[in-house]
Amino acid sequence: MAEQASIDTSAQAEEGVRRRDFINIAAVSFAGVGGAAVLVPLVSQMAPSADVLAQSSTEIDISAIQPGQAIKAVFRKQPVFIRNLTPEEIAAAEKVDVSSLRDPQSLEERTKEGKTNWLITMGVCTHLGCVPLGAGEGEVKGEFGGYFCPCHGSSYDTAARIRKGPAPKNLEVPEYAFTSDTVVKIG
Amino acid sequence: MSFPWANEYKPANGLTQWLDEKLPLPRFVYNAVGAGYPVPRNLNYMWNFGVLAGFCLVLQIVTGVILAMHYAANAGVAFDSVEHIMRDVNWGWMLRYAHANGASAFFVVVYLHIFRGFFYSSYKAPREMIWLLGVVIFLLMMATAFMGYVLPWGQMSFWGAKVITGLFGAIPVVGEPLQVWLLGGYAPDNAALNRFFSLHFLLPFVIAGVIILHIWALHIPGSSNPTGVEVKSESDTVPFHPYYTAKDGFGLGVFLLIYCAVLFFAPNMLGHPDNYIPANPLSTPAHIVPEWYFWPFYAILRAFTADFFFIPAKLMGVLAMFSAILVWFFLPWLDTSPVRSGHYRPLFRKFFWILLIDVAVLGYCGGAPAAEPYVMISQIASMYYFLHFLVILPLVSSIEKPEPLPFSITEAVLGKDESAVLNANPAAA
Repeated sequence: MAEQASIDTSAQAEEGVRRRDFINIAAVSFAGVGGAAVLVPLVSQMAPSADVLAQSSTEIDISAIQPGQAIKAVFRKQPVFIRNLTPEEIAAAEKVDVSSLRDPQSLEERTKEGKTNWLITMGVCTHLGCVPLGAGEGEVKGEFGGYFCPCHGSSYDTAARIRKGPAPKNLEVPEYAFTSDTVVKIG
Repeated sequence: MSFPWANEYKPANGLTQWLDEKLPLPRFVYNAVGAGYPVPRNLNYMWNFGVLAGFCLVLQIVTGVILAMHYAANAGVAFDSVEHIMRDVNWGWMLRYAHANGASAFFVVVYLHIFRGFFYSSYKAPREMIWLLGVVIFLLMMATAFMGYVLPWGQMSFWGAKVITGLFGAIPVVGEPLQVWLLGGYAPDNAALNRFFSLHFLLPFVIAGVIILHIWALHIPGSSNPTGVEVKSESDTVPFHPYYTAKDGFGLGVFLLIYCAVLFFAPNMLGHPDNYIPANPLSTPAHIVPEWYFWPFYAILRAFTADFFFIPAKLMGVLAMFSAILVWFFLPWLDTSPVRSGHYRPLFRKFFWILLIDVAVLGYCGGAPAAEPYVMISQIASMYYFLHFLVILPLVSSIEKPEPLPFSITEAVLGKDESAVLNANPAAA
C-alpha cells in the first residue's frame, strides 16, 4: 500500500498524461463503443423481419383483364392496381404536356416497352397512403379518368399521374417484369 | 422547498416514527399533497384539473392493465379479442368503454388544464420548467392515445396508423426508410400492432415519471393563483389538506358524474362506427378522421394544399402540425408581460378568447371532410393560430397597460390587510 501511494504521488508530480488518465480514457472509450454496439440490434429489430421481406414478390395472371378493366392485387400487403388501358385512355395520357405536370413523367416511362396498355401502379395515394378509387367496377375515377382518392381529393389521370389535389407524386410504379404474355411478377 | 410557515410532519405513533427514520415516505406525501404544502387561499375551480388529470392517468392505467389481460396483440385476432372483451369477459364491456372514454376524459381535463395555464400565464418565471414538462407530458399523451387507438385493429385503427406513420414519410431523404422502420413493414401489420401495444403499455408509466418531475418542479416556487401575485405571507396560504383535498374531492365528484353519464348512456358518442369493421388494407373508409382530441392539429396538417417554394405541401403540413405544439415550448419567452393573470390584462384577455374560438374552429374543421369551405377556413384559422403565438402575444405584452394588481393574495380576497403589509416589507420598518 505504502509503495503504491508513493508511486501515485510521484506520477502526479510529472507533467503530461498520467497512467490513470490513460486507463480512464481507455476504459470509458471501450465501454462507450461497446454500449453503442448494443444499440445496433435494439434499433435493427424494428426493421422489417425476414418473413415480411419474403413477401416482397408476387406473380399475377393478367390474361382475364379486358381493355378498360382493372384489378386490385396485393403486393407487400398493399394494394396494386393493374389496369389494361383502352386506346382512348392511352391517347388521353399521351396528349398531356409532360412538363406541365407536378411530377413530370410520360406514359412510356411508367410502362414497359411494347406493353404501354398495361399500367401497373401501387394502389397507395402518395399523399397519406389511402387507397384511391377507380380500379374496382363502378368506382369513381375522378375528373381525369384515372383514380380518385376520397380521403383528401387527389385526382390521378389515365397514366396514374397526379393532376389535382394535395398528393405530391404520381402513383408509384413498383418494380415488375412480364414473365410471359399473361403473367407479371411484381417485386 | 416550501414556505417557512409550512406545517411540519409529526409521526403519530411509534410505528410511523420508526418508518419516518428508515424511509420518510409518509413525510414526503405529507409535504407534497398533505397539510405540509401551503397553497394560495384564492385558487378557483380551474385549479382542479391537475388533480383530475392525475386521476385520469390512474384510471387509464388500471383499466388498461386489466384490458391487456384479455387482449391479444396479433393482427389475426386483435379485432376478435376486443369483441371477446365486449361480449364474453365479465364486465369487459364496461372496462373497455371506461378505458376508451377515459382517454377522452383525460384530454378534456388536460386541455382545460392547459388553457388555465394560457389564461393565467402559469408558464411565466419562476414556473417555466413546470410548463415545459407539461408540454412533454402532453406530447407523450398524444403518442400513447394514438397507439392505443390502433390496437382494436378496426378500419379507423388501421387507416389512422397508415396516415399518421405516413406523416414521417414526408420527411425528405430519410422519410420513407424511417416509415418502414417504424412500421416494421411496408404497411401496418403484425409488427406494427405488436410494437404499438408494447409502447402503449410502457408510455403511461413514462408519463407518470414526468408527472413526478412536473410536481417536483411545482413545489419549488409553489402553486400559482388567479391574481398572479406571489405568496407574501402566511395569511396568503392554506394547507393543501384539508382545504384543497376537499375542493379537489368535490371537483372529482362533478367530473365522475359527467364521465359516468357518457360511459353508461353514450359510450360510443365519441367513437367512429367504422372502427367496428375489421381492418382491411385494400379498402379505405370514405372519411378518415382521428379522435376528436387531435382535430385541431389534424386541421392544421390538412391546411397546406400548395407547395411553398421548394417545400412540398405534404411536408409543410407535417411541419406546421408539429410546430403547433412545439411553439408552446417557447411560450414563457414569447409572452414578456410582467403581469401573469389575464384578469389584469385587458388586451391579452380578448386575444385569449379569440385563440380559444380559433382552436374550436380548427377542431371543427379537423373533424369535417377535406372539402371547401372547411379547407379555406382551416387555412385562415391555422394562420391565426401561429399569428397569436409568434406576433400578437409579444406585441400585446409590449403595448398593453395592465390594470393595477392587488398588493397581496390576502388583500385580493379580504380587502386591505395591514399585517400582510408589515410582514411583506420587514426591511422598510
